[in-house]
Amino acid sequence: MTAYLAKRLAVGLATLFVASLVVFSVLEILPGDPARIMLGMNASPEALDALRSQMGLDRPVVLRYLDWLTGMATGDFGRSYTYSSPVVELVAERVAVSLPLAVMALTLSTAIAIPVGIFAAARRGRLSDTLAMGAAQVGVAIPNFWFAMLLVYVFAVGFRLLPAGGFPGWGEGWGGLWQGFKALLLPAVSLALPQAAILARVTRSAMLEVLGEDYIRTARAKGLPRRAVLWRHALRNALIPVLTILGLQFAFLLAGTIIIENVFYLPGLGRLIFQAISQRDLIVVEGVVMLLVASIIVVNLLVDICYAVADPRLRTGR
Amino acid sequence: MSLDPVFTPAPERHVLMKALANRSFLIGLVVTGVIALMALVSFFWTPHDITRLQVAARMQGLSPAHPFGTDHMGRDILSMIMIGARNSIAVAIVAVGIGMGLGVPLGTWAAARGGWADEALMRVNDVVFAFPALLTAVMITAIFGPGAVNAIIAIGIFNVPVFARIARAGALSLWPREFILAARASGKGKALITIEHILPNIVSLLLVQGTIQFALGILAEAGLSYLGLGAQPPMPSWGRMLFEAQTRMAVAPHLALFPGLAIVVTVLGLNLLGDGLRDVLDPRLRRER
Repeated sequence: MTAYLAKRLAVGLATLFVASLVVFSVLEILPGDPARIMLGMNASPEALDALRSQMGLDRPVVLRYLDWLTGMATGDFGRSYTYSSPVVELVAERVAVSLPLAVMALTLSTAIAIPVGIFAAARRGRLSDTLAMGAAQVGVAIPNFWFAMLLVYVFAVGFRLLPAGGFPGWGEGWGGLWQGFKALLLPAVSLALPQAAILARVTRSAMLEVLGEDYIRTARAKGLPRRAVLWRHALRNALIPVLTILGLQFAFLLAGTIIIENVFYLPGLGRLIFQAISQRDLIVVEGVVMLLVASIIVVNLLVDICYAVADPRLRTGR
Repeated sequence: MSLDPVFTPAPERHVLMKALANRSFLIGLVVTGVIALMALVSFFWTPHDITRLQVAARMQGLSPAHPFGTDHMGRDILSMIMIGARNSIAVAIVAVGIGMGLGVPLGTWAAARGGWADEALMRVNDVVFAFPALLTAVMITAIFGPGAVNAIIAIGIFNVPVFARIARAGALSLWPREFILAARASGKGKALITIEHILPNIVSLLLVQGTIQFALGILAEAGLSYLGLGAQPPMPSWGRMLFEAQTRMAVAPHLALFPGLAIVVTVLGLNLLGDGLRDVLDPRLRRER
């Protein structure tokens, strides 16, 4: 198992390194000089030069890349050109919105999709299965931002139950926590729906595959109740494809909330990067992208560990 | 259980009969056909002229003259959806074309060559998959300027590794087969074998994946143009129509209803078509039902 994980870790680190090269060089060749954008079109050449040397933009590319890399390794992502505060602080503020949102959406979609998938597999071919999978088929086709708009229309404009947008922050005590939770509820539901639809379909087909196996028949034959067979024997063995999709979805949620954040005016990571791009705040863009790439790699690594836990063969194998 | 993702083609008549008997394929084909027809018809006829703004007739509800109502500038929503279909279809088709055009040669080459080439391709794939797709597409369009062309490129790039992976997996499962061995024994080179024997046998795989990526492309394009990064006004696009409807939803919810439904129906149709195609072309890949 150690060898297996060591190999996965090595591949992850190598990917991260190549990604850093790609991110840095792509942003390097882009049009748009950050110093000029900060000072405006009428800035004098002297002022521009002064700012560029202050920002370190006049140093050789290789040196800047190495500085950036070693900085990130020690937790220093540089200072934002436009916010003039450390990138780490900006990111920390935004993660306080994006991470709870992603976790809420993932919890919600898992809580809906796994029981629905198991239920549909157990009642394969019956009306309830057809209806559930029909709903999943439609759910996959719904763009989450459109679903979000419909939710706002019903629950914010219609019933006035939940806020239509904005984020009040995680205030003091339970009341403040509740306000923050309420603001993230509709965004989380709209993110969860299409994901739940995909997850339910994967769960169902993974369960169907397992339910056809001999050991399931054995378990039933020795008199175990259906429910026990379904949840204990079948689900455990159907977990691998489900975990794969869950990992992909969590990675998507960390970064893919950009459109939903725009629908609900949430100050999350997606909006931070969106604004940073339009203001040519390259250091923020680089930092956030690398952080997201790193978290996707970490999530994939966690999924690999879960595979090994779920499937003992992987621990002893290659 | 691992499935051999390659099938031996059945006689064509047989496939056609099976296709028409497949409910999912038939519904998908009809829905996709209607949307495509709508886009085609819009080139020479729409119910109303959308370049003429009639502010007096703005935000009307549903009526015989305007079945889907009018928007905030008095333009007919049905006409805009018809023209928007062109944009969605064009972006998604070209993005799939980029993915196939680059991905399939790469994937089949890696499978034929093996060794370092194969390893290198898979590692590059790993790197591309480590980038959040939607966010990177947003970055590309935001940096190189919004517009349909950059949206196509941004969506197309992420199709390349998808098709490379599918083509490689399909080709790898074919190389050890006897008919390939026979072709090699007759002295054909790897490139010729790939073109003459591998490609025809992975076409069904590529076709099925193509419809899936097509549907994803429609969704991605809608997302980008919702953010203002896709096709630029006055060219109507479904995503942009939704963006413009958002602030007016309290007064005119129908503005958001129909463009959204257009997206859902199109994506649903393509997904059904893809499911049906898979069932028809390769019974061994059939999802249990």
